[in-house]
Parts: sequence; C-alpha cells; structure tokens
Amino acid sequence: MRSDRAPLGLKIAAGAGLAFMHLPIVLIFIYAFTTEDKSYQWPPPGLTTKWLAVTWNRPDVWEALSLSLRVAAISTAIALVLGTLCAAAVSRSKFFGREAISLMVILPIALPGIVTGISLRSAFHLADIPFSFWTIVLGHATFCVVVVYNNAVARFRRTSGSLIEASMDLGADGFQTFRHVILPNISTALLAGGMLAFALSFDEVIVTTFTAGQQQTLPIWMLEELVRPRERPVTNVVAMMVALVTLLPILGAYYLTRGTDTVAGQGK
Amino acid sequence: MSEHVLETERSGGLRGISDVLWRNPRLVIFLLLAPPALWLGIVYLGSLFALLAQSFFSIDEFSGLIQYELTLKTYRELFTPANFDIIVRTVVMSACVTIAAAIIAFPIAYFAARYAKGKWKALFYIGVMLPLWSSYLVKVYSWKLILAKEGILNWLFETLHLSWLLNAYLSIPVIGGNSLSVSATGTFLVFLYVWLPFMVLPIQASLERVPASMLEASGDLGASPRQTFRHVLLPLALPGVIAGSIFTFSLTLGDYIIPQIVGTSRRFIGQAVYSYQGTAGNIPLAAAFAVVPIVIMAFYLWVAKRKGAFDAL
Amino acid sequence: MTPAVRFKGVSRHYGSVRAVDEVDLSIAEGEFFAMLGPSGSGKTTCLRLIAGFDQPTAGEIVIFGENAGGVPPYKRHVNTVFQDYALFPHMNVLDNVAYGLMIAGVPKAERHKRAEGALELVALPGFGGRKPSELSGGQRQRVALARALINEPRVLLLDEPLGALDLKLREQMQEELKDLQRKLGITFIFVTHDQGEALSMADRVAVFNEGKIVQIGKPEDVYYRPEVPFVADFVGSSNVLPPHVVEKLAGKWAHASVRPEAVELIDAGLGADGLHATVHSTAFLGTATRVSLDLDGFSMVALLPKGARIPESGEQVHVKWSPEDLHLMDAA
Repeated sequence: MRSDRAPLGLKIAAGAGLAFMHLPIVLIFIYAFTTEDKSYQWPPPGLTTKWLAVTWNRPDVWEALSLSLRVAAISTAIALVLGTLCAAAVSRSKFFGREAISLMVILPIALPGIVTGISLRSAFHLADIPFSFWTIVLGHATFCVVVVYNNAVARFRRTSGSLIEASMDLGADGFQTFRHVILPNISTALLAGGMLAFALSFDEVIVTTFTAGQQQTLPIWMLEELVRPRERPVTNVVAMMVALVTLLPILGAYYLTRGTDTVAGQGK
Repeated sequence: MSEHVLETERSGGLRGISDVLWRNPRLVIFLLLAPPALWLGIVYLGSLFALLAQSFFSIDEFSGLIQYELTLKTYRELFTPANFDIIVRTVVMSACVTIAAAIIAFPIAYFAARYAKGKWKALFYIGVMLPLWSSYLVKVYSWKLILAKEGILNWLFETLHLSWLLNAYLSIPVIGGNSLSVSATGTFLVFLYVWLPFMVLPIQASLERVPASMLEASGDLGASPRQTFRHVLLPLALPGVIAGSIFTFSLTLGDYIIPQIVGTSRRFIGQAVYSYQGTAGNIPLAAAFAVVPIVIMAFYLWVAKRKGAFDAL
Repeated sequence: MTPAVRFKGVSRHYGSVRAVDEVDLSIAEGEFFAMLGPSGSGKTTCLRLIAGFDQPTAGEIVIFGENAGGVPPYKRHVNTVFQDYALFPHMNVLDNVAYGLMIAGVPKAERHKRAEGALELVALPGFGGRKPSELSGGQRQRVALARALINEPRVLLLDEPLGALDLKLREQMQEELKDLQRKLGITFIFVTHDQGEALSMADRVAVFNEGKIVQIGKPEDVYYRPEVPFVADFVGSSNVLPPHVVEKLAGKWAHASVRPEAVELIDAGLGADGLHATVHSTAFLGTATRVSLDLDGFSMVALLPKGARIPESGEQVHVKWSPEDLHLMDAA
C-alpha cells in the first residue's frame, strides 16, 4: 500500500500544520521593520531600519544580552561535564540504581519549569543564599544536563563496546583510549548537545524569574516588555535577534548529528 | 623471543592510575557518577524536598508569618472553591491543548515519516525542529502581535468581511471575551502553538519505526489503506502520541507566562504559584499548589510507562 | 616447553550463571587451537579472559609462564580479531592498522610504513586511505587482522572472525588464515560455532558445552571418537543411540554413536538382520541424500551416497552398520 504519492488531504493537512508552526515567526521579522511605534498595527504603515540603530544604542539591551550569553556559556560548560559523565556511567555498565539516575537527570525537564523554579527559590531562601549570577547558573545547568545527556547516551549506545576493548587490546590504557577512541567518536554528539543546551539556557525564562532576583537576562527583559509594553519597536527588534541567535545552534546541532540514529533535539 | 608477553611491573603516572581504575570498575562508575549525582541530588532534589517540606507548613492568617509546624491545613486550602477552580481550569486547558496538538501533529508526522524523502525529509525535520527550539518568548510575542485588536487576525477577518463571525464567536461565554487576546480561546491558541512541535517529533519517531513491510503485509492481507491506518498504523503510533502528550500536558500544566500575557483574568496553577510565593508571600500555599502538577504528572507518567510510551521518547 | 596459555581451574560466574566452569586447558606455542561450541557455551568468555577484557572469578590464567591475574589488556602482548571487527570508524584504514604502533610511540613515518607492510600481508595493499565504512565485509576482516598483527603478538585471538562472511569467502579466508598462521608461527586461538571450520583449520579442538570443556583433542579424534554424546551430536551430527538400544547391540555401555554415512539401509523384504525402522523423510543434498528414520520412538539419520537406492517416505527398512562403526562411550 505504500505508494510514493501522498493523498491530497494529507498533503494539505501536513502543509497547513507546518505553515501554522512557521508563519508567526515570520511575522516577527516583518514587525521589526515597521514604522508604527504605538501599536501592533497590521499591515505595517511603512518599513524602516531605524529601530535596528535605536536598539543597538540601548545599554540595557546589551547588558541583558551579555548576562544571557555568560549564563548560557557557563551553564553549558557545566552541563557538558555532568551530562557526559552521567552518560558514560549509565552506558558503561548495568549498576544498581541506573534507572534512578536516568530519572533524576530527566526530572528537571519533565516536571513543569515552575516547579523547578520555585523549588530553587525556596531552597535559596532557606539556605540564605542571595541572588547572583551563580544562582541563575545553578538553575540553568540543572536542566541543561539532560540535553547533553540525551545526546551523549545515544552516541555511547551506538559506539560499540568492542571499540574500547580493541583500543585496550592494542596497548592503549584508559586515558589513551579516551583521547584516541572515545572522544573522537562522541565529539559531534557533545558539540550538538552543547549547542542545544546553549540555546535552551539562552532562551529560558520560567526558572530564571525565580532565580535571578533583580538581574535581567534577555528573556526577562523581553518578558517585562511583554507584560508592560513600553518600547514596542525595540522589543520587536530584540525578538528578531533572539530568533536569529537560537537559530544557529539548532541548525548546527542538526548538521552535526544528521544521518545518525538519533538526531539531536528530539527530546527537549 | 625473550620479550615478556605480559608486563607485570607497575607503571607510574597516568598508566598507573589507569591500572588501578581497570582493576576497580566500580570505582570508575563511582567517579563518573559522583559529580552529576551530587549536583542533581543536592541542587535539584534538595530543592524539591525543601519545597515539599514547605507545603506541610502553614501561614498565620493574622501575622502573615510562616508557622513551622507540620500540618495538612495548607492542602485543605487547595480545595476551597476558588483554588479548586484554578486546578480544574488548568487541567481542562492542558487536556484540550494536548488533544488539539495530537490532531494537528499527526498529519505532519505521518507525512514526514511515510512520504517525505531525501531533501523533503530534511526540510520537514528542520521545519519541526526550528519551532521546537526557537525562543519561547518570541513565540509568545508573535501571538501577541497576531491577536492584538489592530493585529493581523482581526485585519484578516475584516478584509474578508467576516468580522460578524468573529464577534459571534467571541460572544460565546467561557471561551469568548472582549477580543481574542483576552479570551480563553486566545490562551488556548498560544499554548497549542508553543507546544505543538513537542507532539510532532515523538509521533514521527514512532511512525518511522513501523517498517514499510508491515504496511505492505496489511495491504497484502486485504486491508484497504484506511483499514491499515486504523488497525496497524494508529495502534503502533499510540506510544508516540502518549510520549508527546507528556510534554504538551506537563508544559501547559506548569506555565504561568502565556495566560498572563494572552487571556482572561482567571488564573491558572502556574500563576497561582507565582503570585502566592511573590506578592502574597504565602510560600506554603504556593508550594502546595506546585505539588499539584507533580502529582498529576506522576500519575500521567505512570500510566504512560504502562503503555510503553517511554520507548518513543 | 612453557605452554603459551594455561587455564588452571578457571571459572567465570555472572551471578548464578556459570559462563565458564572450572576449565583446565593448556595451549602450546605455535599451535592453531580452536574453541568450538554452541552459543553461550563459554568459548567466547574464555577468549575474553585470555585477552584480559574479563577477569576469572576463580582459578588462574598463565600466559607464557606468567600469571595474568590483574594484568590489564593493554599490558598483554596478546591481540584480538573481533567478531564485529571493531575498526575505529573515525580513522582511515592505515591509521587503524597503525594504532598499536601509535600508542607505543613509534614515529609517524615508520608506523605508516609498517602498516603498509601489514596491509600487504593481508593482501590489501593501497587500501590505507579508505575509511572502514567504504570496505566490504571481507576487506574489513583483513584490516582487523592486519591491525591485530602489527604489534607482533605471541598469541592471536580470533573471535568468530569469519562469522559475518558468505560461504565462499569464508572458505577462502579459512585457507588464508591457516597459511598465515604457518608463516608467522605464532599461537592462534580461534573461537567458532562452526564445526567444519574448527575441524578443517585447527591442530587441536576444545569442544565447549555449558561452560565446561567436554572434549579436547585432534580434529579426527573429536570427529571419529567422541567421548560423550554431546560431542558426537554437535561435532559430527552423529546418531547417538540410547542405552536400551546400545545394551542390545554391545552390552553394558552408557551410550554409543554411529556416523550417518556409516548407516546402511536394507529393504525390509531382503532378510531381517539389523534394526527395524520407518523412513520419515528424505532430503537431497547434492553429493548425498539424507534419510530421516524412525526407530521405535527415537530418530536416526542416514547419509546415503550417490547411486544408492533412495527409499520412499513411510517405507519399512532395516538399518545396519559394520561393528567397527559403532563408537562406544561410557561417559554420560
């Protein structure tokens, strides 16, 4: 029954579904150039690039962007180490409590973000930890671990155990085997996982509202503009920039893992 | 050949450490596991337990101070009509979003898994991946633009001279409202949009695991394409649907930003948690509210596991 | 002479599973030794114990006179050809073959030269620049062989190396492996579940069953003189006769076996000596015809040469063989 032609109805439904997922984002790009600055008027009365320059000269946007980038970089680094270690342990052998470990890694992303957020906040409160750069990182790294872990575990599973044995058989000790065989085989998966973790952290807002205190990451800056719009044109431009910044790591991660069993990003 | 076949002497440096690790595989597991287990155990589980503990405390109604005595009083408060209403509203919304997402996602996943080939397949894949990973706030923001009174949707209805239809719809109680951006329908649309990609990928993954020969076998045994779909494909795709529903359900359950930006003034669980812990300073009640999605998800995951949905994740 | 490999009461238990159970074994230097048995019989575990990938739970493994306990695989000059070849997918063929030399710190120019030499040895000159994924199964097998030989091991372990190849290639590789072993003069320990492969290549064969070695000896001995019914059945596909039939024919022996090609069939009408049987089915095999027989509740197989009269299914026949073809066993 598998014909190469899809039924017309299915084609339309699939195409409409895809369009539904993409058109709103396209809209963001148009609004970034509208001349209207008091409302969300459609169609835009005119197009201009002046808001790009305005946004460029806004120190608060730059500060928020810089904080977001630093948080994402550090959180990704921590998640890379923890996620890889965890994946190596889980795929290396069947030990007692293996399922519990997997569950613990997945939990921060399986439970609603608000649970993670308020948990961390009340823990900081109980332990008298003041909000800082590091409280944001603490939260972000926790839910980024799973992204790296998922990618690494899938790759470890594909890397046959006999490769490691073959390396040791040929005289390489554990560290040499890691450097010459394991690392080259998992590197693209780690890179992909790291990129996705970066995108996840860069974009995160729900947990961050609970762990940031007075600090503003870019998503928090945007959230405030969303709740109380003050400068719509700047928000429009920032939204476009954020969409572009997250686009690159996603495409990169896809490119790195395509053609393998598990393409990165399936379980966000 | 005088060379020894075994090197039995001890080595120094890294090789020496490698020897020790090789002799103690459990030590290796321990060393690998210790950092992530400590991090997640202390930072995450620790916080989670702190939260759980708080939900068993209560707040003094007069002084507004937290009383550190174990009590179920706070949980009783969850079942006051106002609070219980919030829970029911959130669960109903989550269910609606999940069902709608499954209906829209299925054709996309089905087409991508069965018919798209080569370049088209990659395009479909990226077409789902991009919205999945692109910024949550940007996605929400785009709907604020779409649903605004002066926005594209109203413009579209006007241009097509269908404003009467929209107004008739908005006059329906519960789902309607003054305009789409302050109606429950608006909230629903944004939820659906934001979480839809989380439904597509698991369904696609489960459909891709159905070998083409199985569908040919069904056809060979006399089933029409419709019957094959109904009796072979759909049951096999079900774990994927359930896996996707875990995401859409859980994410809707805990969200507090979307209903705050698009929707009515009626609150959802996430908003209740946020306002109780923030301005109201009632952390025990906020904690108790946060336990609700945990319990619902635990039950949901338990059912999903029994249906074998985890293999499709 | 010190044996190349010796097992002294070696066991490997996984929980309650006895993968290897008190095995004693001695393999001489320069020997082509085959470990034969069905899957799960412990032969591969034995190989892994020699390589050092796994540790015995009891007993001692001695390699060229030295106790191998606690010596990691990278400190054993013993190399392995893996069943799935385990070629490093991120390296080209030349780097794969030169891997052992790179780890040993041999300079690049020299190790590449030696790797080229090893590739020539396995008849793959000029393939160094390719990726393993661009090779056929047989070529990968040769690369794996070259890679294992580059460190000049004193013992080469081969884990079902021909299992993934098709029949014709397998037969060719059997001969090449045999030639190679003769040329290099080192010990080959070869694991296989294919009795034909073990018998045609090895100097000696150890037959494994349920974690134990049930017989060890020259191929002819294992084939013609099985010591236990399992060997008769697994190695030679012999007919193992149950005790009550054996007692009628030869007196007090536990078991006896008859090779299918030694069985003769006589038409029921032409005299009554021999055992009474019913033909169950026949199968034409090309050089011979296999006849399945039913003898009062137990089944037997006869292999009839070309030219013999082939009975019909359901026909009554008499079954007989020369007394010297009846091989008696006392072990259970």
